Amino acid sequence: MDREQFSAGEHIKPGITRGRSYRARPRPMEKKQPISDRGQDPRRLELCLVNSNNGRRIGETLDAELSGYSVPLEHSFETDDVTNFRVRGALILKPGREQSVSLSQNQLSEEDRIRLKEVAAVDGLYKIRVPRVSLQSDRAERAMEGHLTAFVRACAMVESHLSDVLTLHTDVSGVLIGVSIVTLPGACRGTEVEDEVDLETFNTTLSVMAPISAPGPETALFLERLEQETEKKGKPQEQKSFFAKYWYLILGGAIFLMLSNSAQPPAGGAREQS
Amino acid sequence: MAELILLLLRCSVLFSAVHAVFEDQVGKFDWRQQYVGNVRFAHFDNQIQSSKKVLVATDDNVFAAINTRTGELFWRHVDKNGPEGSIDALLLQGQDAIMVVGDGRLLRSWDVNVGGLNWETVLDSGSFQSASLVGQQDHVRYVAVLKKAAISLHYLSNGHQKWIENLPESDTVDYQSVYSDGTGEVFVLGLVPNSHITVVVYSLDDGEILKQFTVDCPWLSELLSSCSVIGRGMLTCVDLLSLSLNMFDLHSDSEMNRVSLESIGLEVSPSFRPLLVSTQPNAARAPLSEFLLQMGPDQHVLLQLHMGQILTLRDFKPAMLASFATSGEKTVVAVMSPKNQTASSINLFSAETGRRLLDTTLIFTMDPNGGKPVQLYVQAFLKKDDSVGYRVMVQTEDHQLTFIQQPGRVMWTREEALSDVVTMEMVDLPLTATQAELEGEFGKKADGLLSMVLKRLSSQLILVQAWATHLWKLFYDARKPRSQVKNEVTIENLSRDDFNLQKMMVMVTASGKLFGIDSKTGTIVWKHYLENVPLNAAFNLMVQRTTAHFPHPPQCTLLIKDKDTGLAMLHVFNPIFGKKSHISPPLLPQPILQSLLLPLMDQDYAKVLLLVDDQYKVSAFPSSKNVLQQLQEMASSIFFYLVDAEQGRLSGYRLRTDLSTELIWEVVLPTEVQKIVSVKEKKANEHVHSQGRVMGDRSVLYKYLNPNLLALVTESTDQHQERSFVGIFLIDGITGRIIHEAVQRKARGPVHIVHSENWVVYEYWSTKSRRVEFSVIELYEGMELYNSSVFSSLDRPLAPQVLHQSYIFPSAVSAMEATMTEKGITSRHLLIGLPSGGILSLPKMFLDPRRPEILSEQSREENLIPYAPELPIRTEWFINYNQSVSRVRGIHTAPSGLESTCLVVAYGLDIYQTRVYPSKQFDVLKDDYDYMLISSVLLALFFATMISKRLAEVKLLNRAWR
Repeated sequence: MDREQFSAGEHIKPGITRGRSYRARPRPMEKKQPISDRGQDPRRLELCLVNSNNGRRIGETLDAELSGYSVPLEHSFETDDVTNFRVRGALILKPGREQSVSLSQNQLSEEDRIRLKEVAAVDGLYKIRVPRVSLQSDRAERAMEGHLTAFVRACAMVESHLSDVLTLHTDVSGVLIGVSIVTLPGACRGTEVEDEVDLETFNTTLSVMAPISAPGPETALFLERLEQETEKKGKPQEQKSFFAKYWYLILGGAIFLMLSNSAQPPAGGAREQS
Repeated sequence: MAELILLLLRCSVLFSAVHAVFEDQVGKFDWRQQYVGNVRFAHFDNQIQSSKKVLVATDDNVFAAINTRTGELFWRHVDKNGPEGSIDALLLQGQDAIMVVGDGRLLRSWDVNVGGLNWETVLDSGSFQSASLVGQQDHVRYVAVLKKAAISLHYLSNGHQKWIENLPESDTVDYQSVYSDGTGEVFVLGLVPNSHITVVVYSLDDGEILKQFTVDCPWLSELLSSCSVIGRGMLTCVDLLSLSLNMFDLHSDSEMNRVSLESIGLEVSPSFRPLLVSTQPNAARAPLSEFLLQMGPDQHVLLQLHMGQILTLRDFKPAMLASFATSGEKTVVAVMSPKNQTASSINLFSAETGRRLLDTTLIFTMDPNGGKPVQLYVQAFLKKDDSVGYRVMVQTEDHQLTFIQQPGRVMWTREEALSDVVTMEMVDLPLTATQAELEGEFGKKADGLLSMVLKRLSSQLILVQAWATHLWKLFYDARKPRSQVKNEVTIENLSRDDFNLQKMMVMVTASGKLFGIDSKTGTIVWKHYLENVPLNAAFNLMVQRTTAHFPHPPQCTLLIKDKDTGLAMLHVFNPIFGKKSHISPPLLPQPILQSLLLPLMDQDYAKVLLLVDDQYKVSAFPSSKNVLQQLQEMASSIFFYLVDAEQGRLSGYRLRTDLSTELIWEVVLPTEVQKIVSVKEKKANEHVHSQGRVMGDRSVLYKYLNPNLLALVTESTDQHQERSFVGIFLIDGITGRIIHEAVQRKARGPVHIVHSENWVVYEYWSTKSRRVEFSVIELYEGMELYNSSVFSSLDRPLAPQVLHQSYIFPSAVSAMEATMTEKGITSRHLLIGLPSGGILSLPKMFLDPRRPEILSEQSREENLIPYAPELPIRTEWFINYNQSVSRVRGIHTAPSGLESTCLVVAYGLDIYQTRVYPSKQFDVLKDDYDYMLISSVLLALFFATMISKRLAEVKLLNRAWR
């Protein structure tokens, strides 16, 4: 094995934030969509914008209704840095060719709202986790050991009024490998959230991302273009005669010669004397 | 038409960034050093008295001839890497060197004089055991190759096989050695451990088994190290249990004759395995009846077998090393014994009598920063008065070769440890003494106005003086011819030059030896051998303090970690002088998972190194109060990540104020599908000058410049060529957010990857098309920056735009790196080490996912090259012209003080240092700049204005008079 490659079990280099300052200017958030000439991201397989805060308890009847398989989505926010995951909602996975994931989640209780604000005040973290599951295979094979965890600053959660974007990342075989959470807007500006109602319901956008196929070298198109170019170039050039090609040069030369001849007569000289 | 011409012109302007050097620039700012590796076999070429060659075969599968006068290489053959090219045996006969390669796969004969291949034969399969020259009637004509189950005899002249015979009972008997003494018989010795020795005697002429017998020796477990043939076929073995010598005659099939070591007055050091060394100067004759027995780490005994009796000729104690050498008919023993702390003496003894030869003492001064000697290679020769003279090559455990002549003059040394550089850094040189004096003035506290003025005046005076001496030296040197001007580099005159082009290369080698090399000349300024470095150590070299903080010395820290146990140690040293720092590094009793260098500094300007142990506890070095306080303040913004490739797990942690850690994110890649092969983060000292790219319509496309981005490469576990893939993940190292995941289907490693600015370039093997391909990913934020003042991973809710494109590369790749400059203004090039030995400087412009398939007006405005699937290799792009670098393993780039210039070091078997100018030398006058012309024109203009002014005045005066 190459020396550059690390061996099994060895842990690799560090990462830390470089330069952190959250006192940046407020910035309006209307330009969410990056301008792209390649159109929408093809990876976002299926999105279900879920606003299902109908007050039902998890796992009551939803499971059966959608004939899917549900796994808990848990969250944790504590003022001291311990981690204590509680159920936030349920991810309902529908197997089959057109896999889809939807989310049903509870309202935040009074107690939780207060705690979330407290955590935000001490710049704590809001963590979520989902179990490692496969989105494609049957129920029996789905569950694997361990969880996938992600976090966002609790203050961002509060200030965005619980508007978050969850992304589930899968590998080529459809197994969940990671989850990510961001809030919109993402910054913490220290604005006070007065209205308790704003912190009641989650406004979550959920998406699933599978790896895209990286493009290979595009030989076919290039060859086609090359052929077209040679066709375009090749034919007219053969037919053009010498005069057809360089008529403007010859004409220009002739005019120049004529002009320089006609400029010599003494007519101009006569005018100069006056 | 006009457009096309314009395009062509533009292209020609774009691509004319020629990197090739002119002929007179060769060697001006580049150098190459060639190495061979740790020596496994060495033979002196003794066919003529005046020969000055030593032939070496090394662990790195290199066969070379070294000039014994200068230490330079006459020629060198680099074979395949790995076991396929490993050299099993090297035998020298006259001007032929016979070599067995690749576990008995090939038999080769080389001409020693020119290094040409005489012949090569492919041997039958079977694992190699031993090889020996076989002679008859005083002429050596054959070579015998012993394999696990067969023995074959080959002609020395053409390599043809004379005969091959299977060995009897080869599944039970372990045949290990072959012996002949010119009598027309070939003895094959095999062993059944702890039972008996089997001897098979073959006829030299037709390979017929003449005799076959066994000798009981239930105490013997190892044949090669404990047994040797002495004199006329007397097999002698050392019995470790009863501490005795056991002999029997191979010719007469007799019983073992046992001689206790005690009875001849010898005592073996406790728990030492005695070693038996005999010598056979001529393969066509019997070995000498004298032999050496090593009794302990510092005791050797010269013994003689005389009429079946063992006589002690001489007891060398203390003696670290002893070795036989033959010149003509005389055989001598060279013995190295310690003299004092720093030196040892080598003496020559006659092998026949054991008497010390007069005037043969040679002093070998041991380098206090080097390793212990492990092997002596002696070149003996007859002087005019028929006495024996000698030179000796000492191999030390740090892979150094030292060649010494009487009475102790070191002719040359070769640092073969440098053939296996693991990691390196380039450190700025310190200021000169005078500059430092000036600097020191600002550092000190003010003590009165007058004294400050005086101090300033004196330092200015010193500066003037230094400048005057410099001028004088320039003037003095200018008169001498160029070849005589020597720029010797010593520690004293090491100082930074005007453009910081000269740096100290700190190189860490696999053997545990550290080197400081001057980057301008390649001179080794210092070396330091670290003892007790484990064999499979991983090294991480960090610059904790640069030279910028005078009067604090620069400081480097090397983390040495045992890959098996994870236990680590720190070595703190000064990178300019190589001296070990007086700061005692902390002891690390726990295995270390991760080390990270923070941008935080302690009161002495040393960056803080954090070490994470397997309990996820963090310790800091230096761990002063100041540092701990800073850490507590910063704790909530210090994040780090760990990668466990075995379980496919990446996890992120945040530091708590009590220096414990908190798990904050986790990503798990199932190992059943893919395994992580490498993780690459951006270089910490990289600068990006431009925030975006200007598009054809004058709008700006902003780059996604996330300093915490990791590029992770995986390879599929399924190796089938239809289903194998290479995965690329871009993950934020703080939040664990997967920014991008892509899969390159029908691809396989090895993957080389470069991660810089807003792009990732990787190279892989396409199994479908059977070729090497490059792929580039670029990340853009879009036309608007989310937050232009600062980047924080915690506040980037929008995913970047990802552009991806792939290309065909017409060569394999052995190493890859990107150029780096001071401010990042200069355009980037990729430096690609090719297996052919070339180092290609490929403009990054060719690896741009925005290269359009169909040219439009806008892309033309942007100077984009139209897409072509194949990346070109142009000969003028090779930065090392004909200076091929063998087996490039890594390329290191460092910025210089000039924005246009990037320093490059390629290391592998060889080391090559040069400079590259990716955007040409826009801030430097050319070498051939005509100073004379410009100054004479200036002078002429000056005088012309003076004269014309005068003339004009005269004219005005005249007009006024009129």
